[in-house]
Amino acid sequence: MNSLFRGRYLAVAGLACLLVFVAGALLAPWIAPYDPQRQVIAERLQGPSAKHWLGTDQFGRDIFSRVLYGGQVSLGIALLSVLLGLVVGGLLGLGAGYFRRLDGPIMRAMDVLLSFPAVLLAIMVVTILRPGVLTVIIAVGVRSIPAFARMVRGAVLVVRSLPYAEAAAAIGASHLRTITRTIVPNSLPSVLVFSTLQIANNILLAAILSYLGLGIQPPGAEWGLMVSQGRGWLRDAPHVAMMPGLAIFAVVLAVNMVGDGLRDRFDVKLKEST
Amino acid sequence: MLGYIARRLRATVFVLVGVSALVFVMVRLIPGDPALILAGVDASREQAAEVRRSLGLDQPIWVQYARYVGRAVEGDLGKSIHSRRPVWREIRDRFPATLELTMVSLALAGALGIVVGVLSAVRRGSAIDSLAMVGSLAGVSMPIFLLGVLLIWLFSLYLGLLPTGGSPPCLFCIDHLRHLVLPSITLAGVSVGMVARLTRSTMLEVIHEDFVRTARAKGLAERLVIYKHALRNAMIPVVTYMGLQFGVLLGGAVVTEQIFSWPGMGRMLVEAIESRDYPVIQGAILFMAAVFVAINLLVDLLYGWLDPRISYE
Repeated sequence: MNSLFRGRYLAVAGLACLLVFVAGALLAPWIAPYDPQRQVIAERLQGPSAKHWLGTDQFGRDIFSRVLYGGQVSLGIALLSVLLGLVVGGLLGLGAGYFRRLDGPIMRAMDVLLSFPAVLLAIMVVTILRPGVLTVIIAVGVRSIPAFARMVRGAVLVVRSLPYAEAAAAIGASHLRTITRTIVPNSLPSVLVFSTLQIANNILLAAILSYLGLGIQPPGAEWGLMVSQGRGWLRDAPHVAMMPGLAIFAVVLAVNMVGDGLRDRFDVKLKEST
Repeated sequence: MLGYIARRLRATVFVLVGVSALVFVMVRLIPGDPALILAGVDASREQAAEVRRSLGLDQPIWVQYARYVGRAVEGDLGKSIHSRRPVWREIRDRFPATLELTMVSLALAGALGIVVGVLSAVRRGSAIDSLAMVGSLAGVSMPIFLLGVLLIWLFSLYLGLLPTGGSPPCLFCIDHLRHLVLPSITLAGVSVGMVARLTRSTMLEVIHEDFVRTARAKGLAERLVIYKHALRNAMIPVVTYMGLQFGVLLGGAVVTEQIFSWPGMGRMLVEAIESRDYPVIQGAILFMAAVFVAINLLVDLLYGWLDPRISYE
C-alpha cells in the first residue's frame, strides 16, 4: 500500500476517508448510538447536538445512526453492482476481444445498451422489477455491463498484440491458458482502476434512483432516499437533507481520489471506456 | 469520408432497431395488464378482451413489434392512458423545455469548464491549478440532486433571490429566466468538472507542441499564443466531449426536472412511471434514446469536420 500511493497525497486522503466510511458501515450495529428506525416524535427535526451528532429527521430518528446504516446499503449496492458489471461485462469484453468472431455481435449489443442515458436504462429496469435493494443492484449493474465490456475488450486487444501474448500463442498454449495466464493478469491494472471509478458512478446512480422514489423504499435508510425525504423540511431543518447528501458526496469524492491515484500509478488510459 | 458516413449511418440504424426492440420488450415485462388498466377496474372479462384485441395485444409478439415499429416510424407512439392524448403530442409539448434546460446547461458547463481548464493548464503547479483540479474533482463527485437541494436552500429559501421551481409559460420574460437559473446551474454542475479536467489535459499536451514553441519564438504575445494557437487546437476533443455530454445531460434532466418541477420530458417520464402510463413510458424512453443516438452520430461526423487529420479507416 505504501508503494502503491507513494507521493499521491490526494489518493491517500481519499483512501483514509473511504476506510472511515467502510468501517462506519460495517460497525454500524455496534457504534450507532440509536436504532436507525427508532422514532421519537418529541425530538423531531432537532439540529446537530451532543445527543444527536447529525440531528434528527422528521420522525425524530437519529440521522447519524441512519447515515451509518445507510452506508451499508449504499456501499453494498455500489460494490455488488460493480461486481455484476465486472463479471458479466468482463466476460463479454473478454470474449469480444479474444475471439474476433464474437466481437461484432457482442459489441453491437453493447452499443444498444450504451445508447440509453444511464439514468433511463436504470429506470427501465427498476420499472420492470419490484422496488428493493436487489432491483437497484441489477438496475445499476446492468448499466455497468456495456462500460466494462468495452473497457475489458480494449485492454484485451492491447495485451493480445504484445509480444509475450503472441509468444504464448506461438508455443501452442490453449485459449484457456492464454486467457488465464497471460491476458487476464496483464489486463488487471486497467480493470482495477476502471472498477474503482465505476464504484463512484454506481453510488451516484443508486442514490439518484432512490431520490426519484424508484429505488430503496421507506422506511429504509439509504442516503439518496434520506435526501429526498429531507427535502420537504429544507426551510426549517436543512440538515435532514444535507447530512446524508454530504455523506454521498464525501464517499464519491474519496473513491474518485483513490481512482485517480490508481490511474496515475498504473498510467492507465481509459479512452475505450468513455 | 462518404464511406465513413455510410458506415456510421448503417450502424446507427442497427442501434435504433436494437433500442426499439429493447424498449418494446422491457415495457412488456412491466407487471400489470395494460388492457385491464385501459378498460378500468370494473371492466368485465369480455370488455378487457375487446380492449386487448383493439390494441393488438392478442397477436404474436413479433407481429406486435412490427406494428409498433411501423407506427413509430410514422410518429404514432400510441395514446397516453391517463390524458388520452397522443404520446407524440405529449412529447412535443414537453421536449422544448428539456431542450432549453439542456442547451443552457451545456453552454454554462462549456464556458465555465473551459475557462477553469485553461487557467489551470497555463498556471500548472500553482495554487490556482491545485484549487481548480480539487474543485473539478469535487464537482464530478457531487450528486446532482444534492447540488439542486443546496442551491434551493441557499438562493431560494435562505436568500430569497430565486424561485424554488416551476416555469411560467412566457418564454422570453424575466420571470422565466429567473426560474431557469437554478435548474441550469444544477444540470451544468454534472459536466463542469469533466470539461475543466479535459481542457486542462489537452491544453497541457498542446502547449508542448512545436507550433506553440514556434509561435512563442516568433515573439507573439503569450495571450495570443495561448488563446489563438493552443486553445484552438486543444478544443477539438473538448468540443467532441461536450457534444456527447448533451446526451448525458438529457439523462440528467430527468433528475433536475424532478427537483425543480421543471415541466420537461424527464418529469413527464417519472410521472408516467408513477402512474404506470405504459405508452408514455415507452414513447418517452424511445424518443430520448433516439435523440441520444442521433447526437452521438452528429458528434462523430462533426469530429472529422473539426479535425481533417482524423482518419476514418
